[in-house]
Amino acid sequence: MHPAIAVSDVGKRYGSVVALEGVTVSVHAGTVTCLLGDNGAGKSTLVKVLSGVEQPTSGRYEIDGEGVRLGSPLEARAHGIATVYQDLAVIPLMSVWRNFFLGSEPTRGWGPLRRIDVDRCAQVAREELERAGIDVRDPSRPMASLSGGERQAVAVARALHFGAKVLILDEPTAALGVRQSGILLEAVERAKRRGVAVVFVTHNPLQAHPVGDRFVVLQRGRVVADAAKDEVSVERLTRWMAGAPGP
Amino acid sequence: MRRALSRPELGAVAGAVLVWAFFAVAAGEPFRSQLGTAAYLNAAAPLGILAVAVALLMIGGEFDLSVGSIIGAASMSLALLTSHFGWPFWPAAAATLALSLAIGLANGLLVVRTGVPSFLVTLAMLFVIRGSTIGVTRQLTGRTQLGGVDQAPGFELAGTLFAGTPLGPFRASIVWWLALAAVATWVLLRTPWGNWIFASGGGPHAARGMGVPVERVKVALFMTTAAAACLVAIVQTVQFTGADTLRGELQEFRAIVAVVIGGTLLTGGYGSAVGAVLGALIYGMVQQGIVMTGVDADWFQVFLGAMLIVAVIFNGYVQRRASEAG
Repeated sequence: MHPAIAVSDVGKRYGSVVALEGVTVSVHAGTVTCLLGDNGAGKSTLVKVLSGVEQPTSGRYEIDGEGVRLGSPLEARAHGIATVYQDLAVIPLMSVWRNFFLGSEPTRGWGPLRRIDVDRCAQVAREELERAGIDVRDPSRPMASLSGGERQAVAVARALHFGAKVLILDEPTAALGVRQSGILLEAVERAKRRGVAVVFVTHNPLQAHPVGDRFVVLQRGRVVADAAKDEVSVERLTRWMAGAPGP
Repeated sequence: MRRALSRPELGAVAGAVLVWAFFAVAAGEPFRSQLGTAAYLNAAAPLGILAVAVALLMIGGEFDLSVGSIIGAASMSLALLTSHFGWPFWPAAAATLALSLAIGLANGLLVVRTGVPSFLVTLAMLFVIRGSTIGVTRQLTGRTQLGGVDQAPGFELAGTLFAGTPLGPFRASIVWWLALAAVATWVLLRTPWGNWIFASGGGPHAARGMGVPVERVKVALFMTTAAAACLVAIVQTVQFTGADTLRGELQEFRAIVAVVIGGTLLTGGYGSAVGAVLGALIYGMVQQGIVMTGVDADWFQVFLGAMLIVAVIFNGYVQRRASEAG
């Protein structure tokens, strides 16, 4: 089976600055691939390449075994690749269901009477959030009343509802406490069980190890380690992150 | 209960009841009578028409300080076309609407293309429009006031539609005001466009990320406020059968006051058209109530300013409570 997404020998330069060089990573459906690295290791650049925000200067990008060139995040989304950014995910003042369906509101009626199907929105949002492991009871409450972990989980549930096959989470737990991270990690686990390929970007090996199936460690724009869960311990991951030569 | 508390217009409902009760006692029978009721509703209606549109724009995260000057420009355009150039009323009204929409379009495009805050873009526009209105009118007629609009063919129907008194002392503008508020509420709460308006004001980056055409929404909102200003201009020009180049002065600030009293956040993303209706209603009640109480009308502005401060503090408090609860 082809990986859901794969990059091979990808490089990215900004002028004379090399951000990525010779990066090869593949992400399979139904698995969580953790992308680890210290600040400046190239994680963000790789996320931008994977999500279509930036185009690589060299190398190959494949979706389901087909070579592609993604010109924009919209194109990536059309291929089923959704990216959740920690701070830009949702709009706090709007209700949960309004956030959930923003930009893709289901309507009924026609002409001037064409209106949002509010009951359906609320029901679908509640069901999808339950599948992601959070219980919002009243989907018309403002997003601001949810905790940070729940907000991220809403963004995850929304991406899955709209057909994401690949989910890229960019430092989703960076601003979350332990319990809040737990809520999000639960949503990630459930997404994985639904057959989604998850890319989980983090600089916290302690958090990555329990959820990840595969670990890719970046240092100065290069992959220094790529290991399955049973091949690597948390201590080993931490040492790689700190700059020890791998594997 | 929490859901009721989280409605933006909650404070304005309480405020409207309080203000009504205050003047019902302080001004007594004249305020409570049918004539008194008509007096404050008639005073509130033109501001209300404007405030409903301004509320949509402010929820969308932008300001429009040019609406007052658009009222002046539109009423003068209507008066010039009819009484100076001899056009029939309806073609003149259509041309005036087109002019207003063009100004709204210019406002919107300047804001979304340049990224300059709308506060500054429309502040600049205020002076440009007011100045051109006075300049063009004086060039053409040598005056700054113009009458005789009632001589235009088609004026009779316009008189009934825009300045008629279908129900005793209550003017037609009240119907326009409430009808527009109903449409605006429908759009805001029940259509995808409404969702996009909230999102454009509440989180433009996130909205863009979800595929919302934020720029198009904002341009449409500027055109809406311009169209509302044009409607106010037509109503007043028909009612007074003439125009004044200074018509609409300070209306931009009164509209913002009404909208903010109505619970809409200055920073966008939160608010309601019903709140703007109540804000305009409070404005009308205070303005007419003070006169009926026998207090010098000079004190009206003091009262209004104080109410604005109280409303802003109260709404901020309620909104924090609502979003933290649950």
